[in-house]
Amino acid sequence: MTPRSFRVQRMTRASRLGLGGAALALVGLITVPLWGDPAGMRRLVELITLLVLAQMWNLLAGYAGLLSIGQQAYVGLGGYALIVLADDLGLDPFLSVPLAGLIAAALALPTAALVFRFQGGYFAVGTWAVAEVFRLLVANTGALGRGTGRTLKAVFPLARETREMVTYFLALALGVAALVGIYAFLRARFGLGLMAVRDSEGASETLGVDVFRTKLAVYLLAAFGTGATGAVIYLNLLRISPDAAFSINWTAATIFIVVIGGIGTLEGPLIGALVFFVLRELLADFGAWYMILLGSLAVSVMLVYPQGLWGLIAKRWDVHFFPVQRRLEIDEPPRP
Amino acid sequence: MAWLDTIVQGLLLGGLYALFATGLSLIFGVMRIVNLAHGDFSILAAFLAVMLVDALALHWLLALALVVPAMALLGYVLQRTVLNRLLGRGILPPILVTFGLSIIIQNALLEAFSADSRRLNPGGIDTASLALGGGLAVGWFSLITLLVAIVVLTGLQIFIGRTQRGRAFRATADDQATAALMGIDPRGLYALAMALSLGIVAIAGVFLGVRTTFAFGSGPDRLLFAFEAVIIGGLGSLWGTLVGGAILGVAQTVGAKLSPGWGILTGHLVFLAVLLVRPQGLFARQRRLD
Repeated sequence: MTPRSFRVQRMTRASRLGLGGAALALVGLITVPLWGDPAGMRRLVELITLLVLAQMWNLLAGYAGLLSIGQQAYVGLGGYALIVLADDLGLDPFLSVPLAGLIAAALALPTAALVFRFQGGYFAVGTWAVAEVFRLLVANTGALGRGTGRTLKAVFPLARETREMVTYFLALALGVAALVGIYAFLRARFGLGLMAVRDSEGASETLGVDVFRTKLAVYLLAAFGTGATGAVIYLNLLRISPDAAFSINWTAATIFIVVIGGIGTLEGPLIGALVFFVLRELLADFGAWYMILLGSLAVSVMLVYPQGLWGLIAKRWDVHFFPVQRRLEIDEPPRP
Repeated sequence: MAWLDTIVQGLLLGGLYALFATGLSLIFGVMRIVNLAHGDFSILAAFLAVMLVDALALHWLLALALVVPAMALLGYVLQRTVLNRLLGRGILPPILVTFGLSIIIQNALLEAFSADSRRLNPGGIDTASLALGGGLAVGWFSLITLLVAIVVLTGLQIFIGRTQRGRAFRATADDQATAALMGIDPRGLYALAMALSLGIVAIAGVFLGVRTTFAFGSGPDRLLFAFEAVIIGGLGSLWGTLVGGAILGVAQTVGAKLSPGWGILTGHLVFLAVLLVRPQGLFARQRRLD
């Protein structure tokens, strides 16, 4: 029998198209400050930060099986870290963004020591309880402005245009870094171990994957990304209070975005964030209805088609813009 | 004496927390899922009771008698039509769906009843107290709440321990597949468990509404208190929830006495301390339900 030639492929035509499209979109986004208005830029910062939060939560829940309902803890910690670093310690406010991420990750370590004692649903409520502890601790600390919160003053000397532009580029850089970083992370050896853990903890342990360390690494990475995002969010908003910064609504929006778009895929959160934003703009005059609608949409997706909108698209047209899986391609043997 | 008073109030508060925790513990024991909307269902029940009292000028006890079966029916229908469809699909779907329900209920309550705090007017029983001598007095309503919690727990224990259906509950909790082989329909059983759970948490919600004010977003705190009472008491122990609730209640009242902003925080911290020192809880049993 003629041996067939084969190769293991990752890039497909769609993924090359996807990368091209992503590069084009990036060029478009970079030029926004040239032609966009400040209100539009603020909205884009909001969209990008939500997208990063969604990617981080997707990494936790979709890839590591860590169903955290307490990621608002790191949004709040990142935001407050920004205020303390920039206003109280006099550091550059923009440089404070990655440092805020590091502080969030540092606080995630003792948190993990507690919540990793739980599994599944109890992990979910446990992370929520710890987020409440952080909120109440901040709300009871005089130096952090207690329940009323604080205003970021370090950016006041800057011209408004400068601040808005740097904030926008920071958000964009964060968004690109999160997407590229997670993509590279998942395609590397570590990502393979991570997906093995998600599919079966027992089997991956036998194959030599350190389940605990893998999960811990993902939890700390997500805390870093979420904390840095929290800092960008409050660089955009300037006014912080414990109830808003540690609100469950951050995690609710995040989860709805990921579930509607498609959990466990990189493309899903992109689609979900767009759906979230469009619905919110359309229903802006109807108060809480957009959360009711989004929640119902997310619940319906879970019931009817848990792979989400991206799963539907990927199945219909077999496209993967950011493939992390490997495909076996077997060439037909030459006919005699 | 003031401290003794604080501790007694905290112990009595444990009765209310046990009412919140029982349904959560029951659902986890039978189905191994955590209902993240548990607290929001209690607030929904409290709003329904307020609506009945306002619109029909009913006595709050009559409103309670109407709200409890209504919530139980809602639980039954919810399990039959929504949650049973998620069986066998892992832990992720039930958590995400109940979390979605939590956010939907909160925002629906906000739309329907505005952001204002509400309270049930029980006509004096909420302020009446029983003097124990030595300057110590306990509220009648707190005592009644504790009594109701004990009655509910006893009833549940008799139901689970002594009846045919209760045996099916225990069998399914131990091993659902084998129980199904013996002819136990898990779907019907789960629907009954959810009906019981929401019926009990409806009692908790109405009692909360008499005791203090509540608003559309009060649910998550109730879920956390219930969860903490369950974990402190020990997973799977029904009476443990009463002890867990009492410990949580004492932590909260003592914390609040030290500094007004520290009540709930102290409760959370005591919970974390128990988790650190004794992760299995104080009264953990091998068997999940007894």
